[in-house]
Amino acid sequence: MRRPVARFVLLAFLLAMPLALMAQAPDSAPATQAQIAALQQEVTAARSAGDNAWVLISAALVLLMTAPGLTLFYGGLVRRKNILGTMMQSFAMMGLVTVLWATIGYSLAFGHGNGFIGGFEHVFLRGVGLTPNTDYAATIPEQTFMVYQLMFAIITPALITGAFAERVKFGAMAVFLSLWSLLIYCPMAHMIWGVGGILNVTGGRWPCLDFAGGTVVHITSGVSALVAAIYLGKRSGYPHTSMTPHSMVLSFIGASLLWVGWFGFNAGSALSASPLATSAFINTQFAAAAAALSWTLVEWLQNGKPTALGAISGAVAGLATITQASGYVQPMSSIWIGLAAGTVCCLMVFKVKKYFGYDDSLDAFGVHGMGGTMGALFTGLLASATINPVFGKDAAGNLVATGAIDGNWHQIYNQTVAMGTGWSLAIVGTLTLLWLVDKTMGLRLSTADEQAGLDLSQHGEEGYEFNS
Amino acid sequence: MLKIEAIIQPAKLDDVKNALIEAGIDGITILEARGHGRQKGHSEFYRGREYTIDLNPKVKLEMVIHDELKDKAIEAILSTARTGRIGDGKIFVSRIDDAIRIRNDERGESAI
Repeated sequence: MRRPVARFVLLAFLLAMPLALMAQAPDSAPATQAQIAALQQEVTAARSAGDNAWVLISAALVLLMTAPGLTLFYGGLVRRKNILGTMMQSFAMMGLVTVLWATIGYSLAFGHGNGFIGGFEHVFLRGVGLTPNTDYAATIPEQTFMVYQLMFAIITPALITGAFAERVKFGAMAVFLSLWSLLIYCPMAHMIWGVGGILNVTGGRWPCLDFAGGTVVHITSGVSALVAAIYLGKRSGYPHTSMTPHSMVLSFIGASLLWVGWFGFNAGSALSASPLATSAFINTQFAAAAAALSWTLVEWLQNGKPTALGAISGAVAGLATITQASGYVQPMSSIWIGLAAGTVCCLMVFKVKKYFGYDDSLDAFGVHGMGGTMGALFTGLLASATINPVFGKDAAGNLVATGAIDGNWHQIYNQTVAMGTGWSLAIVGTLTLLWLVDKTMGLRLSTADEQAGLDLSQHGEEGYEFNS
Repeated sequence: MLKIEAIIQPAKLDDVKNALIEAGIDGITILEARGHGRQKGHSEFYRGREYTIDLNPKVKLEMVIHDELKDKAIEAILSTARTGRIGDGKIFVSRIDDAIRIRNDERGESAI
């Protein structure tokens, strides 16, 4: 009974206090100004705290995609004598690319530079501090942005390792992918995401909509994977020797972790804990689900059984395809994109690979290259300014259309230019680097080493010991 | 002394093992095995590629027994491992020259 009374007294006191303060301070106007400024600072700090928390968590989620996500997914798909070697190829990128990124990679991708590549102003992370860089993300420390982007730079070359699985020398692979990261990934990231990039969505010559890296990550890695698979040649014995995955269970866990990590990849790319992050999150889920369904269904009709590998491959295909569109399209669009992704990537892997006979061992091109390419075009077709008004408003105050569905058919042209740039850079760059590394170090394992397996021949250990 | 080797369907292991114990056979060794007889293999699909898997998972039981237990042992296996379909497996019987218990060097019939 006494509590309501106490509350009333407290309320009256609180209401009276400002009056008392105003009475005491004759120069009340400046005090209010200062209060407003202080409040604004607190609002900014609160917003920054929320955004920073989300982007840091997203960065961790993207790293989770590489290991254990990709290492398990790829590791399960190879033969048992190659599991450690395959996992090491991805894990090595976590070490190599991180050091490269800190020393020069970040600068080459996000420094000012020119339209094609960033400059050297952020070499050794010079000037990359805990205050925001308003060019990229106005509410989070630039170091958060830097480390978030690092995780993308790690997984992109790791994806390529699926193409030359089971037959490449570890040292040569590490040198090739390090060079690849600096000379192909960094320029591509700069062109699309970097300030002044020719494909940058705000101010580029051909503004490309690439929300989370469909072109930057999946086209570059997928197409490079195809080039590498063809350059290196088939595994000895392919396709006559049985090369069934040695543990579908590991692959299953890996693909499921990829799905979870992808929320960080796509929704984190909003770079804020905003409604845009929600859009990207939902689109990610919808496309992955739809693609898992459509791949499974196509395979069921084709071969009579819905396989587990089909379901998880479909999900990954859907995720790769929605990446570019994730922060631009309506939720229902993402279901269509997912259905198309599962169907096309499935036929790509089942039919096209067989027809041409290349040994893209773990289907890095069939899933990521194809998914990324489709995603680039779908984004131009289905982007909606109500989800992300990235082109701002016109003179009349209306949102400027982003995709063809809203009337901006020209965007499909811009997306094609970006896609073509990604393909060209990946083909020319990868071929050159492969040739260089091959001539100096030799890329391919000897037949004896290949038969012994990566684990023993490259690392001197085994994934599964008989007597321990 | 006889050795009985039986290759059976993995799913039948528990029934066969229990029947053998009931028949008075104390020592059994079980191995996970792969192989095929007339059954040949089956197909598996991985990303649209068909693989013929011609080695099917099997379980192999081995036991060395006194001669008089032969019929009971065979009957125990037949009555539990048979489905009547191809792939049920086989039983092989062979004669054993000697048996030695490693623990105490005991030899012959008493060692089994």
